[in-house]
Amino acid sequence: MSDFEPVVVVFACDYCAYTAADVAGRMNLSYPTGVRILRVPCTGKVEPQYIMQALQKGADGVMVAGCLVGDCHFKNGNLRAAVRVKRVQGLLDEIGIGGERVAMVHVSAGQGAQFAEAATEFSRKIGEMGPNPIKQGAKAAA
Amino acid sequence: MITAERKPMEEILRSVEPYGKILLVGCNECVTVCHAGGRKEVAMLASALRMGRLKQGAPLTVDELTLERQCDPEYADELARVIDQYDAVCSMACGCGVQTVAERYRGLPVLPMVNTAFMGASEKNGVWAERCAGCGNCVLGMTGGICPIARCSKRIFNGPCGGSTKGKCEISPDVDCAWQLIWDRLKQLGQTELYSQIMAPKDWRSARDGGPRRIVREDMAI
Amino acid sequence: MKSDSNLEKVLAAGHFAVTGELGPPRGANLQAIKDKASHLKGMVDAVNVTDNQTAVVRMASWAVSLVLKEMGMEPNYQMVCRDRNRLAMQSDILGAAALGINTMLCLSGDHPSFGDHPQAANVHDIDSIQQIQMVAAMRDEGRFMGGAEIDTPPRMFVGAAANPFGDPFELRVLRLGKKVAAGADFIQTQCIYNMERFAEYMRQANDMGLTERTKILAGVTPLKSAGMARYMANKVPGMDVPPEVVKRIADQPKEKQAEEGIKLLCEQIEQLREMPGVAGIHLMAIEWEHRVPEIAERAGLLPRPQV
Repeated sequence: MSDFEPVVVVFACDYCAYTAADVAGRMNLSYPTGVRILRVPCTGKVEPQYIMQALQKGADGVMVAGCLVGDCHFKNGNLRAAVRVKRVQGLLDEIGIGGERVAMVHVSAGQGAQFAEAATEFSRKIGEMGPNPIKQGAKAAA
Repeated sequence: MITAERKPMEEILRSVEPYGKILLVGCNECVTVCHAGGRKEVAMLASALRMGRLKQGAPLTVDELTLERQCDPEYADELARVIDQYDAVCSMACGCGVQTVAERYRGLPVLPMVNTAFMGASEKNGVWAERCAGCGNCVLGMTGGICPIARCSKRIFNGPCGGSTKGKCEISPDVDCAWQLIWDRLKQLGQTELYSQIMAPKDWRSARDGGPRRIVREDMAI
Repeated sequence: MKSDSNLEKVLAAGHFAVTGELGPPRGANLQAIKDKASHLKGMVDAVNVTDNQTAVVRMASWAVSLVLKEMGMEPNYQMVCRDRNRLAMQSDILGAAALGINTMLCLSGDHPSFGDHPQAANVHDIDSIQQIQMVAAMRDEGRFMGGAEIDTPPRMFVGAAANPFGDPFELRVLRLGKKVAAGADFIQTQCIYNMERFAEYMRQANDMGLTERTKILAGVTPLKSAGMARYMANKVPGMDVPPEVVKRIADQPKEKQAEEGIKLLCEQIEQLREMPGVAGIHLMAIEWEHRVPEIAERAGLLPRPQV
């Protein structure tokens, strides 16, 4: 388990989080290579189903990164995303995958360091949880 | 509209345990409006089932399909071309839809995925409340547009009872006292004389008590 | 006279009537009834027998009523709308009447969620006002609710409950009017602590002519302690306990509180005797039945009239 590098999918909004990730890159701030960033115009675009599918396809964790509360370019897309993340967390708890594998974070466009820290910390947390349980079960079935 | 809520995952997983390949069918009407069994909820449940079963080491194939309505035979017919591949059909429609599909396809189990609740209306985003009891003989014109059967916990026709407190029902401060609402509305409408009239005992034959009901419109049959 | 009810006779003769109350046991325990009832014998004109009070299963009110009858007492047979449909109600009324039970009280009944069987179906086939009409029609027209003739109509003196302090206040007298229009021969109110507000309620009832058509008995309950006073004030829906009343009990040391409660009760009874339109009192000393003889004595209610 010590060489387990979690795959973490990050849905990052164009206006804030994705830009922050860019800033982090330019500042040479690193975060684990397992972190895969998907750019969305707004986290309000993230359907709960995208999160479920990411996990279904083998992601160990999913982070939804949007603007600071009150700063969403589309008014409340980030609030919608936060509510959807909660819904998904509940469903994942119900099936024993664990809602902690999904998180919502808020950063502003200039917060490169905060983005890198959030991504690193979440990745570390997922690492401690271990791989997505569906992979274990799939092995057992095979 | 008819409201419903998805059954707990534990119950759903138990009900599909014997099967290896299921068709998960949604409905585009009431259960879509109350976010219980529409296209998106089908997608979510399908993923949840696949992942839940993978975790158990017993993979489940889940195919997704959402019909316009499940309570009309013409729409239920659309499943005919694919149904033979499945061990079971899991329906996210209300009880009406589940039964229509079950009646049409008798060779395999048709399982309910939601708990159908009540006939209600939207109060605000994400909140639906019971409004109609389907009694078969509507008296809303006498009660200022508020139903004493659906909204009074004791379906009193000459209310309120002694438990009404500050406009709320004795069972919970979250439940309005229907008769407070009725009285306030009658006052607003200048119809308070309706209150003083004693409403006669209900003839429950027009309601479910009289037996399962049916409407036949011969003027509509081709 | 509409019935052989002792309560009817006492009221008709113009006496200030007194009724008591008794809750049936939670088992097939005959002795428990006899013990409780013995305190009330001779102290009141009729004894209310509650019907699955607070939606908790207890011995049937018709059965306990029969036991009281056999003890030479007069039961006021309570029947709620929560547990019985119109068939069961009419059937029970015929049975009760045949066995000499001649006074009954029509009530909605507390919601099942309060009791020990919250899972039960909540009947409410008819409501308490329709129930009053039903009993009156059985008695006066000799007719079942379904229309058929009754071969021996039940001669039942029928009452209803009223809550003068329930919400909305403006509606309370109107609802009382409906119960009277439905045929309620007598009314028992929930227990009163706010005499001023009750006086206003009675004034309205008098103005509407209701007190000429029905007999209103004011509910009273002795406060046993400051704790009980506070509980009634804050936790019981539709109960109005003025702060001065709570203070009066609470100001007493613990061992003197019950005595203060009884003093207060006697004062209330005096006030109620003087209030126009009040035909009597309904004394609810639940689980304090053994103090009723003392209360009745001190309040000047004894001896009860023999009519």
